[in-house]
Amino acid sequence: MDAKAACPGCRRTSGSRIAEVPSVRLGGTERIDVRKTYKLYIGGAFPRSESGRTYLVTDPKGAELANASRASRKDLRDAVRAARKAFEPWAARTAMNRGQVLYRVAELMEGRRDQFVAEVAAAEGLSGRRATTIVDHAIDRWVWYAGWADKIAQVLGSANPVAAPYFNFTIPEATGVVGLVAPEASSLLGLVSRLAPALVSGNAVVVVTSESRPLPAVTLGEVLATSDVPGGVINLLTGLKRELVPVLAGHVDVDALDTWGVAAEQQAEVEIVAAESIKRIARKPRGISDAAFDWADDRAAQRPEWIAAFLEMKTVWHPIGA
Amino acid sequence: MAVMATETKPGATDRAPVRTPVTTRAGAPNSWGLGDGQAIPWEYSPAPESREIVTIRDRYGLMIGGKELAASDGSTFTTVNPATEEPLAEIARATEADVDTAVRAARQAQSKVWGKLPGRERAKYLFRIARLLQERSREFAVLESMDSGKPIKESRDVDVPLAAAHFWYYAGWADKLDYAFPGRVARPLGVAAQVIPWNFPLLMLAWKIAPALAAGNTVVLKPASTTPLSALLFAELCRQADLPPGVVNIITGPGEIGMALVTHPDVDKVAFTGSTVVGRKIAQGIAGQGKALTLELGGKAANIVFDDAPLDQAVEGIVNGIYFNQGEVCCAGSRLLVQESIADHHIAKLKDRLATIRVGDPLDKNTDVGAINSRAQLEKITELVAAGVAEGAELYQPACELPERGFFFRPTLFTNVAQSYRIAREEIFGPVLSTITFRTPEEAIEKANNTPYGLSAGIWTDKGSRILMMVKRMKAGVVWANTFNKFDPTSPFGGYKESGYGREGGLPGLQAYLRLEDR
Repeated sequence: MDAKAACPGCRRTSGSRIAEVPSVRLGGTERIDVRKTYKLYIGGAFPRSESGRTYLVTDPKGAELANASRASRKDLRDAVRAARKAFEPWAARTAMNRGQVLYRVAELMEGRRDQFVAEVAAAEGLSGRRATTIVDHAIDRWVWYAGWADKIAQVLGSANPVAAPYFNFTIPEATGVVGLVAPEASSLLGLVSRLAPALVSGNAVVVVTSESRPLPAVTLGEVLATSDVPGGVINLLTGLKRELVPVLAGHVDVDALDTWGVAAEQQAEVEIVAAESIKRIARKPRGISDAAFDWADDRAAQRPEWIAAFLEMKTVWHPIGA
Repeated sequence: MAVMATETKPGATDRAPVRTPVTTRAGAPNSWGLGDGQAIPWEYSPAPESREIVTIRDRYGLMIGGKELAASDGSTFTTVNPATEEPLAEIARATEADVDTAVRAARQAQSKVWGKLPGRERAKYLFRIARLLQERSREFAVLESMDSGKPIKESRDVDVPLAAAHFWYYAGWADKLDYAFPGRVARPLGVAAQVIPWNFPLLMLAWKIAPALAAGNTVVLKPASTTPLSALLFAELCRQADLPPGVVNIITGPGEIGMALVTHPDVDKVAFTGSTVVGRKIAQGIAGQGKALTLELGGKAANIVFDDAPLDQAVEGIVNGIYFNQGEVCCAGSRLLVQESIADHHIAKLKDRLATIRVGDPLDKNTDVGAINSRAQLEKITELVAAGVAEGAELYQPACELPERGFFFRPTLFTNVAQSYRIAREEIFGPVLSTITFRTPEEAIEKANNTPYGLSAGIWTDKGSRILMMVKRMKAGVVWANTFNKFDPTSPFGGYKESGYGREGGLPGLQAYLRLEDR
């Protein structure tokens, strides 16, 4: 499809890529399209920032796309509270059920495929063809992780042959509330690639989206809201990372932090704050740049180790006897 | 059945049996049918383990690159026997320059020798170490008890055999890494910096060194400053095993040297076991350096006893859970959660059992509770117990005699403990049990998880489905059901929440020392 054909929510500004979309005539007059207000996604609802703030989002060439909500520290705390509340019931679902819920996200994204292509093309300045590839991978990635739900315990868990009369086994469990600083360059595929592995094992997630390219994430939130992912299991915050990330890293009710989207110069500071409550930290591997990473490379960008990063191994002992 | 604490004359080897009156618990008649305050008139002969097998030198240097070196500035510190307060040896106090020398030696050995060695050859070295530990097990056990204060029966039956078993288990992985992580190529991380505590000096060394070496890494390990001797003897054992120089380097010194080690820029992997306070400092010290990090930190485990529990076994499990190794165990069952309907009966049985615990000379083969590791730790325990009394908890201690010298503390049981008391929240790392009651399983879960720690938990009930429900709901890395304080090299160990991250033991313990790459 033509990426330029539809970006229903985007502001169309003269000179921008999206402004070239042909106008539609209705009854002889040009139809005024209905633009979308991009909001936060917290606890299954779409609030504006309680601070009333927004910031202007542009495409990579500087053309205006939309105003995004500029989440405050209060919004972030609300999101963590929603995630904490949602975590236990989500983790208590059966593995097969969580797998189906992830698969359902893929189903719904497929139905909105054209919209995602247009938004990713606009946000990342991509051709329609490249954006289509990206969106297809994002959809397929949900399917890939959906299938892991009821296998990860079999791959990572174990029955342990201890040298004494005990039955001993190890099972993986979700860590809890994961703070996810989303990749900055890849607005949708990067986000999905980090989000799905945290989600599939039963974690609840608070996402700080790409700051410069937040709009596809908000639309993903709209998909999630109509999917079977329970409210609060995924929370999406758009805004300024320098405001939000230190608060997320320091929040004692966040158990783990994905720092992929943290700027290199802030990494140490974020880790120092996160260490206060002994947070688990998943880092971007050494030598990989956010901007250059190829999220469409399945071998590199979908990995069971990324599920394992947000798991706790629980070992159980019981005596064997009459 | 022996019932009395052995009075020890520290340092003496020719102790005569001493008749120590043990007064019974005030209140109800005890198991022997004696009334309040009556002495149980059994005497109990000393059964000292001979020290002869161990030769402790006057001085020990740093074990770097297969050589024994004095500290670069010549400074030393003294390690003492906590049961007698007698100095055991002078130990080199490493400097930052020494840390650098050790890391260089480890790097050199990793890139030139150990990292290039085929897995099957690494395996044979590790099997050799396991065998040597078995051969010299009594020597290590006696040395460990002398330096740490732990009872000989624990160092002999737990610490040393488990340490050998760890090397044995990971030896077999060294040439099977291709089968450990399907679809991935496992590569060593490089140089591992390892800092270990004083409560299980040799065992923690084994937990750190065995998987690191199996994976192809080399190590610089710093034992705790109060318990360096078994690590230094282990360095000698490595020489006996003809382990290539620089593969295992042991540096000794205070906490600052541990921090200098983990923050050294040429270290790839950091593994730490110790307090949450220090673990946090280490995580912050290496923030942004991209080093792999595993932390095994503090705990405040709940040991939960339901009304249908096998009570005699539960009492033994609780005693083992909190008085094993003087309670100086990160996963100790320091909070007893007992169902209200059986609480009185259960506490009475527990008090009776406490009266039979023998506190004293760690080298006596009958000793249950040995010496607290250091004066500082004894002071910390004393302070927290005083806080428990001040906050309103009811204190019970059996009337056992303690040796005149050395760092000893009576097994202590608190009842009437509120969850807000310090003794219910803070890790005491001593033989101190805090009892809390509950009515429903839901309340037990709530109370058990009401702590920033999450290392271990115990569950006592005869109902299988309840065990599995509780297992699922416990926020703890190790759950012992109808048992407690069991360890095995095949069994992953480590915590949830502020008890740390990463696992030691089993396959997860191996992965902590590997980088997985695509095939």
